[in-house]
Amino acid sequence: MIDALLARYGYVAMVVLLAIGVYVMIRSPNLVKKVIGMNIFQTGIFLFFISSAYVEDGVPAIVGHGGAEATYVSPLPHVLILTAIVVGVSLTAVALSLIVRIYREYGTLEEDTLREVLANE
Amino acid sequence: MSDLAVLPVALPIVGAALAIAVGIRFDRVGWPIAAVVAIGQVAVTATLAWLVATGGRIRYELAGFAPPAGIELVVDGLSAIVALLVAVVAAGVLVYARRAGPRSSAFYAEYLLLLAGLSGMALTGDAFNLYVFLEITGLATYALIASGESGRAAVAALKYLIIGTVGASIYLLGVGYAFIATGTLNMIDLADQLAAVGYDATLVQAAFVLMVGGLAVKTAIYPLHVWQPDAYRFAPDSVSAYVAALVSTVSAYALARTILTVFTVEFLAANPILQTAVVWIAALSVIAGSALAVMQTEVKRMLAYSSVSQFGLVIAAFAIANETAVLGGTIHLVGHAIMKGGLFLAAGVIALSTGARTVDGYRGLARRAPVPAVAFAVLAIAMVGVPPTVGFLGKWNIVLGAVEGGAWVVAPVLVSSALLTLAYFGRLLERMFVAEPLEDTAEAAVAEDTDVAADGGVESADDRPVSLGMIGVVVLAAILAVALGFAGPIFESLLEPTLERVIV
Repeated sequence: MIDALLARYGYVAMVVLLAIGVYVMIRSPNLVKKVIGMNIFQTGIFLFFISSAYVEDGVPAIVGHGGAEATYVSPLPHVLILTAIVVGVSLTAVALSLIVRIYREYGTLEEDTLREVLANE
Repeated sequence: MSDLAVLPVALPIVGAALAIAVGIRFDRVGWPIAAVVAIGQVAVTATLAWLVATGGRIRYELAGFAPPAGIELVVDGLSAIVALLVAVVAAGVLVYARRAGPRSSAFYAEYLLLLAGLSGMALTGDAFNLYVFLEITGLATYALIASGESGRAAVAALKYLIIGTVGASIYLLGVGYAFIATGTLNMIDLADQLAAVGYDATLVQAAFVLMVGGLAVKTAIYPLHVWQPDAYRFAPDSVSAYVAALVSTVSAYALARTILTVFTVEFLAANPILQTAVVWIAALSVIAGSALAVMQTEVKRMLAYSSVSQFGLVIAAFAIANETAVLGGTIHLVGHAIMKGGLFLAAGVIALSTGARTVDGYRGLARRAPVPAVAFAVLAIAMVGVPPTVGFLGKWNIVLGAVEGGAWVVAPVLVSSALLTLAYFGRLLERMFVAEPLEDTAEAAVAEDTDVAADGGVESADDRPVSLGMIGVVVLAAILAVALGFAGPIFESLLEPTLERVIV
């Protein structure tokens, strides 16, 4: 069991990252930290794709890089994740701009305080 | 001619860039540009639908890279209907937004970006590409919701953003599982490869659960709907209508694609537990959504909870996955978009002209604003499922399909949901047509607060009164909701070839 997990440390790291991300999103009262948690959650999924493409002793899939006999890692997941990272950056940008607006409007980033302000409105 | 397939995605993106670029130099160009694009979009998607109806499925390879390595766009009966629906509703809401809506060029750029994302979701034939369009849709939706005037709109948008991102990420994780199992991302290819791997493989089952679960968040199935009521309530009226009519609808369509095209009916047959689970969760969503809607006092929140319940029905229909049920699900998907979009627009017109936003505020509305009140009533009755409206046609086919498929739980759930729908809309109808206006009743004191707020609303309504076009769109939605009730054979003939391929 432990050997199997050690051999797949990429996947173990992914599960840990997903768990940390969810925990931060749920437990942290600070809105910025929630967005950071969201980022950690997404990073876990990126890592999952990258680990799945990894081949032992594989080299980057660049023509002429490793010669005809070389083992290449699969390039497709890397391409997919580049796209997903771009999506993640845009989401973070939108989230942070929303947070800036919330701060200007209510003067707080703490969820509890925000809830009180909204309830009294 | 099949190059046409790329236009529904490309046209709005170009329009969005144009709206921003020209908007820097000139004021108020957003709306005209959006209008031109929306008209073009309707023309293109109508042509595509006609081509599919006469010539069968269109597969378009982007940039000439052949699938499965390349990305392809697929237009078949189901996606043509959804793409046309997206274009028509977007154009209708645009007529409304001219007088009512936010007016900046940036707003219309986002409006077109959302149109591009939704069309892309409808037409793509690639599981990862669907994720990208899902997030484009999401980004545009968050920004549109945040364009509401109050700070609460920003809070609702942030909440939606965090939950929506987690949903989309879970879908992406499911795509990763399917990709590891098969090495392909093309939906049609995935169907074959997943069958080769075996439907009882844990990896395939996990991929199903993750993909369906992720999309269920976006569709706002109970208990994953928590983002929806606030988001719909605090967005500007035109945005609530646009988003409520289309975003969940297209997500439900994507869910149907995932279940029917990617995993296929054989997968459901091999995993009856998963099928039953989806049907039961959908049934729970129907009941819980209706019950929550009955409890609301604010009209837009009530309409939002009503969506939770109606989408439960649609998802149940797609999970039952026989021809009648899927036909019913598709009709209800289209009908719901028309009805719910129309209801939100009617609520917007009513709020602008009388200031009424709560259930009690609707007292005696039939006298104060007869045309919107009647249109609202027609749409509400259609939503309950009274024949001969589109709501009846959809629900009737879903029930027939459920009985055929042996999913007995759906029939009583559907009947009780129709009754609960009647309960929350009946309350409004009674207030509008039977109850006396507020003047001297005892409850007037309670309602005075809303009226004070309403006076403010009327004042601001005076400098931008309800235009003829806004009322026209609402009336048109009501007419469509009734007219589509007779369109059963048209749906059937358009869907027939698709259903045969997807379901047999």
